[in-house]
Amino acid sequence: MKADERTGEPHPASPGSATTTADESTSAPGAAALLQVENLSVRIAGLHILQGVSFEVAASGVTVLLGRNGVGKSTTLRAILGLTPRNGSATGSVRLGGEQILGRPTHALVKGGLGYVPEDRNVFAGLTVAENLRLAERTDTPDYDLVFGLFPELSKRARQRAGSLSGGQQQMLSLGRVLLNPNRLLLIDEPTKGLAPKVVTEVAEALERAAQAVPVLLVEQNLAVVRRLAGDAVVIAAGQVAWTGPGEQLLADPALTKSLLAVNAAGGH
Amino acid sequence: MSTIVLMTVTGLGLAALYFLVASGLSLVFGLADVLNFAHGLFLSVGAYATWWAAGNLPGAGPDGWGFVLAVAFGVVAGTVVAALVELVMIRPLYSRTIEQVLVTVGLSLAGVAALQAGFGADPRPFPRPSWTQDVVTLAGARVPLDRLLLIVAAVVVLGLLLAFLRWTRYGLIIRAGVENREMVTALGIDVRKAFTLVFAIGGAAAALAGALSGVYFGSVSPTSGASLLIFAFIVVVIGGMGSVSGSAVAAVAVGLLQQFVNYYGTSGAGDICVVALLAVVLLWRPAGLAGKAATA
Amino acid sequence: MTTTPSALFKRYWPVAAFVLLAVLPYSGITIPGLFDGPINSPGALQVLALCLVFGGLAAGYDLLFGRTGLLSFGHALYFALGVYGTDILITKYGYPLPLAALLAVLFATTVATALGAVALRVHGIAFSMVTLAFGQVGAILVARDPGGLTGGEEGLSLDASGLPDALVGVVNTVNLYWLALAYLTLVVVVLHRVAQSPTGRVFAGLRDDERRIGVLGLDPYRFKLVSFTLSSSLAALGGVVYLLLAAGASPHVASSDLTLTLLVMVVLGGPGTRFGPVLGGVLFTYLDHRLTDLGSSGAVDSLPGVLAGPLSQPLFVLGTIFILAVYFFPGGLAGLGTRLTALRRSVTPAPRP
Repeated sequence: MKADERTGEPHPASPGSATTTADESTSAPGAAALLQVENLSVRIAGLHILQGVSFEVAASGVTVLLGRNGVGKSTTLRAILGLTPRNGSATGSVRLGGEQILGRPTHALVKGGLGYVPEDRNVFAGLTVAENLRLAERTDTPDYDLVFGLFPELSKRARQRAGSLSGGQQQMLSLGRVLLNPNRLLLIDEPTKGLAPKVVTEVAEALERAAQAVPVLLVEQNLAVVRRLAGDAVVIAAGQVAWTGPGEQLLADPALTKSLLAVNAAGGH
Repeated sequence: MSTIVLMTVTGLGLAALYFLVASGLSLVFGLADVLNFAHGLFLSVGAYATWWAAGNLPGAGPDGWGFVLAVAFGVVAGTVVAALVELVMIRPLYSRTIEQVLVTVGLSLAGVAALQAGFGADPRPFPRPSWTQDVVTLAGARVPLDRLLLIVAAVVVLGLLLAFLRWTRYGLIIRAGVENREMVTALGIDVRKAFTLVFAIGGAAAALAGALSGVYFGSVSPTSGASLLIFAFIVVVIGGMGSVSGSAVAAVAVGLLQQFVNYYGTSGAGDICVVALLAVVLLWRPAGLAGKAATA
Repeated sequence: MTTTPSALFKRYWPVAAFVLLAVLPYSGITIPGLFDGPINSPGALQVLALCLVFGGLAAGYDLLFGRTGLLSFGHALYFALGVYGTDILITKYGYPLPLAALLAVLFATTVATALGAVALRVHGIAFSMVTLAFGQVGAILVARDPGGLTGGEEGLSLDASGLPDALVGVVNTVNLYWLALAYLTLVVVVLHRVAQSPTGRVFAGLRDDERRIGVLGLDPYRFKLVSFTLSSSLAALGGVVYLLLAAGASPHVASSDLTLTLLVMVVLGGPGTRFGPVLGGVLFTYLDHRLTDLGSSGAVDSLPGVLAGPLSQPLFVLGTIFILAVYFFPGGLAGLGTRLTALRRSVTPAPRP
């Protein structure tokens, strides 16, 4: 298991090897990473889900976290945020802007500028759209212009219960809750999961615009979305980092993509 | 006809007591996942503090504004005890559900014993304003005022609670927290502050119930909290945990059912019908009438 | 494998303890402070027998709580069915003891199956609340004295005329003691056999993570019902023994406080361990009696008033100890034992094999 720990290339300290094309937001050379995850291990109910994961998130653009289902992508995001369940434990090091944050309470981290958009949206179904947004306000000057500009649907449905929204609208609400506030880093978990293709494009556009202002660590399975957004890519397999490098490089290599992500049902039927 | 009116008012009076105990219990359980056996203790603290204040607190007494002051003192005592219990005993065991239940069990046993040590095991006559024993004629029935007092108090508390949940920021946090506590945290809110608040609110409502049950039953004893608590638990389960309005509806159903069956059937049959109602609701809708949601 | 004396002791100490307890009534020694009279005096034997019965009851309750992970607040109902059921059949209907006991236990088992089937439809804390409500029905029925059967608040004293002579009278307390010991032994053996069986492993799986049992294709509901029913039957059987010891039934046996007390015993002793709950039950019962004696004696009165009041209440003392135990000794007495062993191991270097 240890043998193929890193099948890909090491993290590119000096970009320029691969084709660094139009995508505007790969990490600038020399710029310190915003988030440094080192040797992060998570055990839940006796299962060793993450086994020493290390990667960095650039200070701008989208870093995308990839991997097959169940390899621990969501667990990684949740561990960074201090959301590891009580019957589990997270060890290692997570530094934000050089400061150790592992073990700090979730609400303090979020207040400090870690915006989290969970898997499956998790909007409060019994609350109205407006109440969901009001609850998420962390400053005295929430940026409703930005949110309603991105998602006009939300202002139209302000008095509707969030539980009666469509999946896409719930996703917009979930993103909107975070974008109301100034953030240092967004952690976004599978925002396009289960959405109709048209809505996927809409969400991707919103993510693209959000990423211009604030760096994003994104878990995403939809490779078209990854292609559109990704600067750096980090691939997790079997609880460890299997590959890191520029996103295009990964997607340009079908054999690599197939072996790491098992898209196209590689093993035959 | 007049019997039915009297029975209805009496049943609603009982329902009012159940609601006052159950609403706090339901919010505490819905938000913090704590099955609070010590809730009956808050009720007893409220009752004894009112009883003590009516006899000893300057300005307080068994009648008029003095009685209002005594009840206020009881409610404050219940609130303080409940908040302290949360801060000192429950909070260190955050999210360890079973241990929290165990601690409240220990507290209920030790608390009742402490009250017995302090005030004796026998019921003490409770000071009540004389007007509560007066009777008004309502739709042909002669209805004692103490029942109406209970009903009015419960309706006021219900209104206050709903307004609080609907219109305040903490109310919003509590409603959201009942639905998904973790997600509230993930929006940057320290949900534990709300825990203390719901304990305090629950303690206040239970203490009020304690004072009013003293008026209604005419006496107060260390174990009076325990028997009300069990029916309050039933109301919470039937109404759906975390739902204040669900608790109100369930309290009315339980109070009326109990009163009417106990009157027209044999004594005790109403209590058993209530448990049967619980079983039926569970078989029909395992999450209770309102589900686990703070539908305020 | 060599059998060292300590390994032998480890394996056979329960047997040794059983033998010791069985021959205890033949010893006339006096232990000052522990009991007021010699150990084979009827008074001491009565207390010891009560301790053993509650040791067995706590162990039976732990089948639910510590071994299956079900927190029931209605266990007193099944205990009360054993107590009152047997009492009513003997005293009101003149049944012989064995038949009355058998019918009462069978009835309790049937009731447990029916009510368990309903209560287990909900999970976690909701289950606890529902069992509490069902338990309350028992308490209400007992208190309301339907048809003059239960005697209401007064309780129902047992009509001794129909009982075997060996179980009646102060001189025969020793026989009741042995009966209590037999009950405790039966519970321990049954629980041990269950724990070793495949069913017992499913119970443990349910306690640790119910979903995994579901994934294995087993029906959690059914196994929980088996655990619930078995535990309730053991409680009813304990009720029969308690009835003989107490020579009557009192409403307290049906109260939710009784269940809470069992819970306290189990947690103090160590939930899910083989002898922890027994130990908890024995110690709690003993302390309850001893503290009551002390409370009514002058020992506490000499303390300042603020302390003397609460300390004369056994439940205040025990409740406080219990709360402290939840914080500081999460494994109970049994957990304390393993901690001490671990401590000793860390101090003395392990011998080389």
